[in-house]
Amino acid sequence: MLAKRIIPCLDVRNGRVVKGKNFSGLSDVDDPVALASRYSESGADELVFYDITASSEGRALFCDVLSAVASCVFIPLTVGGGINSLNDFDRVLKCGADKVSVNSGAIANPELISEAAKRYGNQCVVLSMDVKLTDGGYKIFSHGGRIQTELDAVEWAKFGENSGAGEIVVNSIDTDGVKKGFDLPLLNKICDVVNIPVVASGGAGSINDFIKLFKTTKVDAGLGASVFHFNEFTIEKLKKELRSNNIEVRL
Amino acid sequence: MIAIIDYGVGNLFSLQQSLKKIGAKSKITSQKNEIERADRLILPGVGAFGDAAEKLRQSGLDVVIKEQCNSGKPLLGICLGMQLLFERSFEYGEHRGLGIIKGEILPLKDYVTDLKIPHMGWNSLKFVDDNPLFKNISQGDYVYFVHSFFAKCGEGLSATTDYGFDVTAAVRKNNVYGVQFHPEKSGKTGLKILRAFNEV
Repeated sequence: MLAKRIIPCLDVRNGRVVKGKNFSGLSDVDDPVALASRYSESGADELVFYDITASSEGRALFCDVLSAVASCVFIPLTVGGGINSLNDFDRVLKCGADKVSVNSGAIANPELISEAAKRYGNQCVVLSMDVKLTDGGYKIFSHGGRIQTELDAVEWAKFGENSGAGEIVVNSIDTDGVKKGFDLPLLNKICDVVNIPVVASGGAGSINDFIKLFKTTKVDAGLGASVFHFNEFTIEKLKKELRSNNIEVRL
Repeated sequence: MIAIIDYGVGNLFSLQQSLKKIGAKSKITSQKNEIERADRLILPGVGAFGDAAEKLRQSGLDVVIKEQCNSGKPLLGICLGMQLLFERSFEYGEHRGLGIIKGEILPLKDYVTDLKIPHMGWNSLKFVDDNPLFKNISQGDYVYFVHSFFAKCGEGLSATTDYGFDVTAAVRKNNVYGVQFHPEKSGKTGLKILRAFNEV
């Protein structure tokens, strides 16, 4: 049976991994290559790298980091951040990314999803969405969660699937960095309407949060950042606990 | 030396890095003489079957690959590269494959009802026949899959994985090997499989 995936997420700025709370307040954490190797050894099923630099020097540095990771870590690598065109897809795929996640770039140009899916295959295109509950329901936010759009989260997820995205990452702005658990109501809403893999992001604080995630939703994977970066528990320990709760994982 | 056959589809960076990691020399090439000189061949591939099959034919690589297989040289097809070894595919139309292994490629969605497509992630292997590629791994080991179509084998099935039904995970016919999953993305298990291929 297909195993549920555990995915550490690494935000990279100027060649270093950083971690913030509620999309801000960044602190320097670690060297990406060292961290990626450690996670892979400890049982990570995949790694996600978000390039949170805006400068072109930062972009070049990010590609160097990515190539270095892809040369020593042999699990799937997803890359996001600053993906606005097919050229951006090309740039990171050449450095060893397997999947590319689009967020604001797809909001600005929704065609990007289908164009990329056509050129690189559905499996390569991940739609990453930042979602917040507003008076008008679950809405999509762009630019790292700073700008509210008119897009409804459920409709946007459906659009992503129909356009050819092979996977959806749902980042809840409400639960991000708070470490009180994933946004289960939101995740269930998204899982109900799409038939492609869904990755839960934002809110992982304890092993129990992951157990609850996989017991009460149909998500395929759980993403975590600070819980892993700050070594609150290892991926190996997490997976053992999941398995003892009858959740299929790769050990 | 392993020749990674380059016919213009897919990203070969990780594959080449993983071969380097196991100490195997490799070269990405579309040159007939380099393919003929190599000790082993890998046919990679990500993308659409029809497009890939057409590129192989247009470049004449289809003939080269078949000649090399007949000469007894070990060949490993990965993912779409495995699917191309079969006779035909029904991925968006009907397309002719290399026809080295009997069988055809069909859409998963016609066979699984309440499971997500693509079949993406880590799934465990069930051995159904001897395959030297498995000499360093165990039944139940997990490998990384990403695909929406699967091979219905007419011969050579050597491992399956459970995704609603027994999906072809690996095939073998004499010196020709194929894996549906990505050994270059399957962590230590994947590297062990590549190492075994480098030793057949």
